[in-house]
Amino acid sequence: MEATNQKIELTVTVNGTRYEREIEPRMLLSDFLRHEIGLTGTHVGCEHGVCGACSVLMDDQPVRSCLMFAVQTQGHEITTVEGLGTMDALSPVQQAFHEAHGLQCGFCTPGILTTVTAFLETNPDPSEEEAREAISGNLCRCTGYQHIVDAVLLAAKKKQAAG
Amino acid sequence: MKPAPFEYHAPTTLDDALSLLTEHGYDAKVLAGGQSLVPMMNFRIAQPAVLIDINNIPDLAYINAEEGGVRVGAMTRHHQSEISPIMAQHAPLIYSTMPKIAYPQVRTRGTFGGSLSHADPAAELPTLTTTLDAKFRLVSQRGERWVPASEFFLGLYTTALEPDEILAEGFVPELPPRSGWSLQEVNRRKHDFALAGVAATVTLDENDVCQNARLVFLSVGDRPMYAERASTLLQGQALTSEAIRAAAELASSEEIDPGDDIHATADFRRHLANVLCKRALEQARQRAQGQK
Repeated sequence: MEATNQKIELTVTVNGTRYEREIEPRMLLSDFLRHEIGLTGTHVGCEHGVCGACSVLMDDQPVRSCLMFAVQTQGHEITTVEGLGTMDALSPVQQAFHEAHGLQCGFCTPGILTTVTAFLETNPDPSEEEAREAISGNLCRCTGYQHIVDAVLLAAKKKQAAG
Repeated sequence: MKPAPFEYHAPTTLDDALSLLTEHGYDAKVLAGGQSLVPMMNFRIAQPAVLIDINNIPDLAYINAEEGGVRVGAMTRHHQSEISPIMAQHAPLIYSTMPKIAYPQVRTRGTFGGSLSHADPAAELPTLTTTLDAKFRLVSQRGERWVPASEFFLGLYTTALEPDEILAEGFVPELPPRSGWSLQEVNRRKHDFALAGVAATVTLDENDVCQNARLVFLSVGDRPMYAERASTLLQGQALTSEAIRAAAELASSEEIDPGDDIHATADFRRHLANVLCKRALEQARQRAQGQK
């Protein structure tokens, strides 16, 4: 079959902002976020669903953005790390990662922050074991994970204290 | 690492999806959760000319209790099975295995029908459904047919699905009273595909004699490996350590076909299969006796 030149009109809400773009169906969500709308906070690591760096939230659930086509987000709401907090007002999860040294080089961090944000919504008071399970789909080559686990547990405390 | 170009369709009814599949046949792939297909497309191992995305068909995701078992829609996400009280009650083997399948971000997307249709011999769902004697409803414009799991998985990534068919749902029978179950596997890292694994179910009579047993192995062959002779061997016996050891020995030496790869040798996989089989039968027996 001949290669297709099909383009599709995509309308998607990312971090509360509506975007309309005409894209090829083969464009991955990760590439759409980075190249089409300039949200380079979402990092691309392995591009086959193993490393978790590109994890974002679709309708508040964590997904691998390298394993979805952007056209599949038609009408859905995406949250990337840019949507969690601001430089002046970090989200509780971001603040906890800052305080507990839950990152070193930072490459894996956006995928972990989005994943943990969703996790604490469904499990606000996790055990250490549950925290480890929650980040099992995110590879980190710097920290040895201990400070990330500490940060997840600290984030849970911060969120509870904030009510 | 970018997919080759393809023509994209996102039908909103099953009829439309089947019509597209009839039209494009071998040129088309059905996109369910995409957690296996999209990595293969990123690597360009798979280059379908046409992609039929069934994520916008609303009535394919459900878990319903029925007489004798549970009916699961093809687009049921792993995460839905993981938190479903119906699955916990009627198909505890599947329910309890769900957290072992991949990672949270994969389970929010990966689907029941997608995993079965992909038929990776290292995946859990093909083995679990074979163990539980599930059957699948395959639909096409030509009609529909029910195919038992034991006849569905034909080889590596190969199933009984014809090019114009979609697996629409599965029916998973409930185990009888005084039954136990277990899934045992060894992974290099938790949540990775298993180096070797086995699912076991046993049903005991009032004297703890085994009435029925089923042993199905994963990652040690080109499909879920049903150890029929070892399973039959246990019938009519009390599940003593000797009986369990004999079944595990028979299954792991004669009824599996493990391969060598970078992760493990065939001999090592055989050894794991033997050990895991004993553990699985032991746990299944304990559950059947209500000890656990």
